[in-house]
Amino acid sequence: MVKGQTTLVKGQTPLSDKKIRVLVAKPGLDGHDRGAKVVARALRDAGMEVIYTGLRQTPEMIAEAALQEDVDVVGLSILSGAHMALAPRVMDLLRANGQTNVKVFIGGIVPDEDIPRLMELGITGVYGPGTSTEDIVKDIKNAVK
Amino acid sequence: MMSLEESVLQGDRLALARLLTQIENDTSDGRIALDILFPHAGKAHLIGVTGAPGTGKSSLVNQLALHFRRQSKRVAIVAVDPSSPFTGGAVLGDRVRMKDLSGDNGVFIRSMASRGSIGGLARTTANAVQVFDAAGYEIILIETVGAGQSEVDIAKLAHTTLVVEAPGLGDDIQAIKAGILEIADILVVNKADRPGAENAEKALKSMLDLGHPTQRVYIHHGSLAPAPLPVEEGKEARGSEMDVWVPPIQKTIAADGKGIDELVQHIARHGEYLKASGDWAVRERARLESEVEAALQSALMDQFHEHVPEDRFNKVVSQVFDRILSPGEAVKALTTGNGRLK
Repeated sequence: MVKGQTTLVKGQTPLSDKKIRVLVAKPGLDGHDRGAKVVARALRDAGMEVIYTGLRQTPEMIAEAALQEDVDVVGLSILSGAHMALAPRVMDLLRANGQTNVKVFIGGIVPDEDIPRLMELGITGVYGPGTSTEDIVKDIKNAVK
Repeated sequence: MMSLEESVLQGDRLALARLLTQIENDTSDGRIALDILFPHAGKAHLIGVTGAPGTGKSSLVNQLALHFRRQSKRVAIVAVDPSSPFTGGAVLGDRVRMKDLSGDNGVFIRSMASRGSIGGLARTTANAVQVFDAAGYEIILIETVGAGQSEVDIAKLAHTTLVVEAPGLGDDIQAIKAGILEIADILVVNKADRPGAENAEKALKSMLDLGHPTQRVYIHHGSLAPAPLPVEEGKEARGSEMDVWVPPIQKTIAADGKGIDELVQHIARHGEYLKASGDWAVRERARLESEVEAALQSALMDQFHEHVPEDRFNKVVSQVFDRILSPGEAVKALTTGNGRLK
């Protein structure tokens, strides 16, 4: 028996395990949150703790929640086409708050030509329609290693 | 460089967030920080909010926090949601109802997954609350997981426990069952604009009339306080040495803030009552006692594992499995040190 081990429900990871904490947020004004919910659910099933903030978040609200929750990852769901305005703002605020290690992912509708510029900003991954949630889980686990 | 706990005492929010993670993961740094912060805690009013899923706990917490902010009090919120028993993952969604609080540096919201605990809180929630307390948050709102009938840990942690009901969830038989309603210092009927609100209130009232249960928790002058005659709700019984709090029933509509002023007044009055009656100290002592017990338990378990080799432990378990030893005999064999294995 491992020292300090507690009784666990079958299949459960030990309490002392460091959990990956992910903020899933929808900045901007579009009202389509199905994608964000599907991803939140998939990350939950992969054993992560997902803080779901809901619709119509400002970059300021997202950065504040990321700070209070001390997340490892921020996932932004953007379908409005405003990613080139919203993503840099979120990145700036995260850095201003001292959260330089937080990895930021974007899911939604992002034209291919915008992706290099987003990566330059420090975005870790961009996912369009049809991405498998397994790939997202894998990439997040790799990014926070 | 300043340590995390020093930065927390200076009001550094990022340090606070990071320390809370250490606390949640029960790291050795986290434990040391708790020791250092302990003398700074003990000032906050801890308010628990519990009730079935969907009764509006998060919306109510949102409204309460807004109200306390108008009184210029610093507010921390610890919101607990369940972890999956299968994957250990969780979706923590309480912040969705708390958007009104963003952009205010006097508020700090932290979501916690229950991580396998079944009492409605996470194992480390009390420690997280202690950190907020030491950091100078005057009001700490603790929202439990959506609770059924026996997730009553919150009553041990909080000074004032709100049990939130909503119309249509049960009749007067539900109301006289043991468990969650018993721990209420204040009963809230939320969504009071919905049909059935009057019935919910009536059922709760009749429960209180049948004999108010909460005083059983408190031993007054060495004996249980007897039930007094019914008194006006929210007031203390007068004319006797033993003051007994009768939980008021407050109707609210958290979605638009109705009834919140009154609810905050009940909370303030309950705080004053606890202090005047001496119950504040009684609750603090009971809580700290159970914290010491829990720490002692885990320390003794660690000691045990240090002293008893793993193969010896496994051997004894095998004997229990073969029905040679009962679990009780196994413990004797393992703890007396000389207990010979049969």
